[in-house]
Amino acid sequence: MKRIITAVVHNRSGVLNRVTGLLSKRQFNIESISVGRTETEGVSKMTFVVDVEDERKLEQFSKQLNKQIDVIKVSDITDKQIVARELAMIKVLTTPQQRGELQAIIEPFRATVIDVSKESMTVQITGNSDKVDAMIELLRPYGLKELARTGLTAFTRGQQLHQTEVKPYSILN
Amino acid sequence: MRASTEPKPAEDKQQTIKTGADLLVEALIEQKVETIFGYPGGAVLPIYDALYRADGSFDHVLPRHEQGGIHAAEGYARVSRKPGVVIGTSGPGATNLITGIADAMMDSLPLVIFTGQVAKNVIGTDAFQESDVMGITTPITKHNYQVQDLEELPRIVNEAFHIAATGRPGPVVVDIPKDISATVFERDVKNEFHLPGYQPTVRPNPLQINKLREALIGARKPVVLTGAGILHAGGTEALKSFVSNYDLPVTSTLLGLGAFPGDHHRFLGMAGMHGTYAANMALYECDLLINIGGRFDDRLTGNLQHFAPNARIAHIDIDPAEIGKNVPTEIPIVSDARKALDKLNELEPATLDHAEWVEKLESNKQNYPLWHNESEDVILPQYLLRKVHQFTDGEAVVTTDVGQHQMWAAQYYTFNRPDRWVTSGGLGTMGFGFPAAIGAQIADKDSTVVAIVGDGGFQMTMQEMSLLQERGLPVKIIIVNNQALGMVRQWQEKFYDKRYSHSIIDTQPDFVKMAEAYGLHGYKMENIQEIDRELGDILNNDKPAVIDCRVVQQENVYPMIAPGKGSHEMIGVSKP
Ligand SMILES: Cc1cc2nc3c(=O)[nH]c(=O)nc-3n(C[C@H](O)[C@H](O)[C@H](O)COP(=O)(O)OP(=O)(O)OC[C@H]3O[C@@H](n4cnc5c(N)ncnc54)[C@H](O)[C@@H]3O)c2cc1C
Ligand SMILES: Cc1ncc(C[n+]2csc(CCOP(=O)(O)OP(=O)(O)O)c2C)c(N)n1
Repeated sequence: MKRIITAVVHNRSGVLNRVTGLLSKRQFNIESISVGRTETEGVSKMTFVVDVEDERKLEQFSKQLNKQIDVIKVSDITDKQIVARELAMIKVLTTPQQRGELQAIIEPFRATVIDVSKESMTVQITGNSDKVDAMIELLRPYGLKELARTGLTAFTRGQQLHQTEVKPYSILN
Repeated sequence: MRASTEPKPAEDKQQTIKTGADLLVEALIEQKVETIFGYPGGAVLPIYDALYRADGSFDHVLPRHEQGGIHAAEGYARVSRKPGVVIGTSGPGATNLITGIADAMMDSLPLVIFTGQVAKNVIGTDAFQESDVMGITTPITKHNYQVQDLEELPRIVNEAFHIAATGRPGPVVVDIPKDISATVFERDVKNEFHLPGYQPTVRPNPLQINKLREALIGARKPVVLTGAGILHAGGTEALKSFVSNYDLPVTSTLLGLGAFPGDHHRFLGMAGMHGTYAANMALYECDLLINIGGRFDDRLTGNLQHFAPNARIAHIDIDPAEIGKNVPTEIPIVSDARKALDKLNELEPATLDHAEWVEKLESNKQNYPLWHNESEDVILPQYLLRKVHQFTDGEAVVTTDVGQHQMWAAQYYTFNRPDRWVTSGGLGTMGFGFPAAIGAQIADKDSTVVAIVGDGGFQMTMQEMSLLQERGLPVKIIIVNNQALGMVRQWQEKFYDKRYSHSIIDTQPDFVKMAEAYGLHGYKMENIQEIDRELGDILNNDKPAVIDCRVVQQENVYPMIAPGKGSHEMIGVSKP
């Protein structure tokens, strides 16, 4: 199952290395990681999309992360109301004649063209991963020359409607 | 503070000129460090210069190989429950420490390791004796630091000791670039620590404590498993009360030995791969398993599918990540073991309805005790270990290396007290036993310290005999000499049709002469008469000794749970 986990970390040197090393040592299947600074100085946030077999493996994932000295807080936000976005840039092969056609495809996705050359066009899209996947699939038949994705970043919405509790580590309470 | 590489004006030079290394020394004094296991080299020269200036502040132990030094620090930490402090130089000094760091990580031993590093401006250029200590040690440390700025040094040292010794103990590396230890600074810097992500849970949740108590009252077949966590917590007395409050049978992991008295009538012996029949069957048949401070290692559980199949599992551990990692757990208690036991002991004791079970375990104990062959002349290793127990009244600190002798020591040297048993469990590091004994003896000057080693493993770190010579430390080294890598030979006999591939070593140094070359007394014993006659005196005098005991090569460690088997599938339970 796919889960979105965030970790708030104390931004000291080595923390990224420690976290990613841990995930590979413990054989977690990571789909994406994104990292960046937060509103608080010295604190960064990592967002992981992981594919885990079961609850137990998921629990281990959070616990092992939590155990790191510089990790301040770990949350599984998959089942919460969240805003999640990633950015992708896609260089698609196009003849000048196809440009209009492509424009029509990307428009509903609110993607934008950020670079054009004789035989290609680069499109930028922001959104949740499903939306990004969907657009990429539509562009694929034209020939993808280059594709780069930032990985998902996410946080919970200001207001949680039907608050599905973030499953706490049962042992901590 | 102002850091500068220029000395201050001459007037107040004397009082104020200090380097980063002096800061380090001050921080170590503040931490009440008494002993340092260290080895000098280029990148730590400023630190060694500061140690020279601080002459008399520490007992500095100079091993003959960094690995010997760090295993000694582990022995020191295990016996004293204080962090072992290690210094090594950059590059090869640091890499020689790696085995010890990994060992301490696996066995949760508190160490603070300072490594020198090349100067900051050349880090990353493959400078002379540069190695990526942070990169190499990240997966095998509880935490690690590279000091980036002189100002951080006192805080980092402070944090390093705190992290190493609290919560689940473990090794912390502090990598110090040479220019930082050499920099002159002018005034005090702050050292309070800031660890927003580190707050170990040490107190149990009362709800879970109540749940455990209810489970106990409902249990018909309860058993307690003691792990090393109880020893880290200093929880032996609390454990004894808990056990007697409910009259519970007790078994132990390898590293938990000594947490509960080995001669207690409710003690079933060690469980696991080479555990007793009574202990393993208790794990297999119990309906409530209370694991206190053990991490359910695979050597203990055997095949997880057959592990405690009918039991409710309660697990007390200070590290939440250990709970539910290997064995699904119904009653998780994240806590320091002693604090959890204290809480349990505040509740009214109860008489359990478990007479039948206790009787059954008792009869298992009587009917299937540990057994070994008998001999009138040649030395059987099991006999040797029983004699070591007898001659030291079971009071010695016993360290071991890794292999058959280690298992025989666990089985036959009954431990009745905590913090007397020093062995490498998780990493299984050959070469650990003898240097660990040196650290143990330094930590506990008054006890008899016996290093039980194999002829194989002893040869990995035996250069540390120099330390016995230099300091007159009365460590007794007993070489259980089967002229083989015995544990490997046993597996080859059992699982590889006796194809003894590179496990029989009949070329050996003359260990007696080796001992003499280091100015130590060396003895060779080849029959039980010699053991009976001489070993007691040797173990009880105050001189170091190397005792080369020639034992029967073909002896195997039994019982045994073969790899992949369940804890009820032991082989070698009774005499063939
Ligand atoms: C040749 C060989 C054979 C072996 N055979 C066996 C065998 O037959 N049986 C066996 O059991 N082992 C055996 N081992 C050892 C095995 O590999 C493990 O090292 C051992 O089982 C671990 O014991 P442990 O869980 O008690 O200790 P550790 O691995 O040290 O774990 C300690 C646990 O206690 C927790 N803890 C720490 N401090 C506290 C505290 N204050 N309060 C509460 N919890 C705390 C830690 O978080 C950790 O989970 C063998 C090893 C070798 C080399
Ligand atoms: C550093 C290291 N290398 C290899 C091993 C694998 N190993 C485990 S036990 C053993 C044999 C040990 O032989 P010896 O020290 O003579 O002890 P014995 O088993 O004979 O008592 C070996 C090679 C190990 N545990 N550690």
